[in-house]
Amino acid sequence: MTVESQIDATPREPLPTARPPSAFGEFWHYFAQNKGAVAGLVVILIVTFAAVFADLIAPYSPNEQFRDAILQPPFWAEGGSFQYLMGTDDVGRDILSRIIHGARLSLLIGAIVVTLSLAVGVVLGLIAGFARGVTDVLIMRLCDIMLALPSLLLAIVIVAVLGPSLTNAMIAISLVVLPHYTRLTRAAVITELSKDYVVASKVSGAGVLRLMFITVLPNCTAPLIVQATLGFSTAILDAAALGFLGLGAQPPTPEWGTMLASAREFVSRAWWVVTFPGLAILITVLAFNLLGDGLRDALDPKLKR
Amino acid sequence: MFRFFLTRFSLIIPTFIGVTLLTFALIRLVPGDPVELMAGERGISPERHAELRAAMGLDKPLLVQYGDYILNVVQGDLGNSVVTRTPVLDEFMTLFPATIELSVCAILFAMIVGLPLGILAAVKRGSIFDHSLMGISLTGYSMPIFWWALLLILLFSVNLGWTPVSGRISVMYWVEPVTNFMLIDALLSDEEGAFSSALSHLILPAIVLGTVPLAVIARMTRSSMLEVLGEDYIRTARAKGLAPLRVVAQHALRNALIPVVTVIGLQVGVLFAGAILTETIFAWPGIGKWLIESVARRDYPVLQGGVLLVAAVIMIVNLLVDLTYGVLNPRIRHGGH
Repeated sequence: MTVESQIDATPREPLPTARPPSAFGEFWHYFAQNKGAVAGLVVILIVTFAAVFADLIAPYSPNEQFRDAILQPPFWAEGGSFQYLMGTDDVGRDILSRIIHGARLSLLIGAIVVTLSLAVGVVLGLIAGFARGVTDVLIMRLCDIMLALPSLLLAIVIVAVLGPSLTNAMIAISLVVLPHYTRLTRAAVITELSKDYVVASKVSGAGVLRLMFITVLPNCTAPLIVQATLGFSTAILDAAALGFLGLGAQPPTPEWGTMLASAREFVSRAWWVVTFPGLAILITVLAFNLLGDGLRDALDPKLKR
Repeated sequence: MFRFFLTRFSLIIPTFIGVTLLTFALIRLVPGDPVELMAGERGISPERHAELRAAMGLDKPLLVQYGDYILNVVQGDLGNSVVTRTPVLDEFMTLFPATIELSVCAILFAMIVGLPLGILAAVKRGSIFDHSLMGISLTGYSMPIFWWALLLILLFSVNLGWTPVSGRISVMYWVEPVTNFMLIDALLSDEEGAFSSALSHLILPAIVLGTVPLAVIARMTRSSMLEVLGEDYIRTARAKGLAPLRVVAQHALRNALIPVVTVIGLQVGVLFAGAILTETIFAWPGIGKWLIESVARRDYPVLQGGVLLVAAVIMIVNLLVDLTYGVLNPRIRHGGH
């Protein structure tokens, strides 16, 4: 809600100059200038809506098999019909319905992984950056051990140990993206700590916790927001990759990566079975990345004006 | 500088020990009998079971078992594959060049395209070029590469018939494995057309594997350059009348490259993860495909040894990145101890 539109809507209110824009109003003013970010937000809202109301929106159940409509192309292609808008797969399931239901899984995976890894990673980074010395070394060594293995490989190892499951994949991905947040936070904290405003804050008697979370952390948020966005996409992508390798969500779960795995053999004769689930992953991940960019521009005081 | 190198190198050792603990625990965490898992024999007699158990030292205390494991690892003994019965290290050494070849080509592709594009986008900030490039790079970053690989195969291999679908070289050629790097071996061999065949097999996988690093490098270079270009010393350099190119190339780039080097270093993990998918899709006989197959075959010694070796490689690359960081930024080098 911008200041201008408030004026238009309520012309008889006291002079608007008496009231400064709210924090959110100011944020939105900058955020709305980035059209890509707004587009990303709109896409995410649509995907979220689809995920929440999947049972109502989807034309069919994701696992219902129409034996008389196997590998039917989408409605605009030759041989397609409006009955199955995106066509059907090799056992006659409606692809559109499966993709709508798949949005649920992908959003859940992203939300859980980012929340877990960001919360733990930032706190560890703050502690390492402030404490330095032995604590710093210990935390950074722990990060190195975790970073020594790519997230997908660790996820594969955990799957090999515990058996393929979406939950195990999410735990593994959270663990392995966590050190990125820790490293970023620590690096930003160390840079910030040498600046005058921190010294001024210390001299004024600010405690360690205040210094960490109120003085320094807000100045480290820009790279963290970018990383969290990338973390969202990493989570969705890695989970889909595991599904694709047959090690994540198991068929017939309508997970986008799992759908691609079973579609692989039809790449030359049924392009729609391969195209749409991948497109769903790409669009969702892209939307989150666009949103993250917009958030960074809107929240980073350095880039403002 | 030497002291800086030593400190960083000594830091690698605890990390390596941490990873050995992880791989040591791996076999013991898998449900089922470790003797049957490691020997690959199922339903064996109790005598044979006890014999194997003693041979593998599983009757000793855990700490002693771990000590034995470390001793073996240090001597390069990572056990034998349950399926092929060949030593894990030998298999790794044979397959690793294929992964290096693919990864190096991918990261070179990403850097050669990504760095100049990122710099250009930063210099021409706000232009149509900047906007469209960032849009494309964001799409590249968001790309599920296993899907991207399928699309490229659909377009270039199935529809256009330009590139082969899988493998490292056409079956028409027999190339003597000298270095196990197919491009080099093909050049060394007398076979005509072997090199171009190897190259055409490499292009699609390298593009697929390099897509995400390319997008990351372009984005990071741009944002890092933008930050540096806003600094006072750049204004000073401009104000004293230096040529714009010199300001960008000499003053800005050196400082902007520091975070970019870190990001390129972090791509090693991305490359390995990507190699698992890329190699599986393109039937590229490297480490990624080998590890995935070991999971499917329940070949735990291979998984255990392979993970340890991959971790070791990534650690060494991270060390090199840290050292480069020190060379690029003297403040870190001198403040490091």
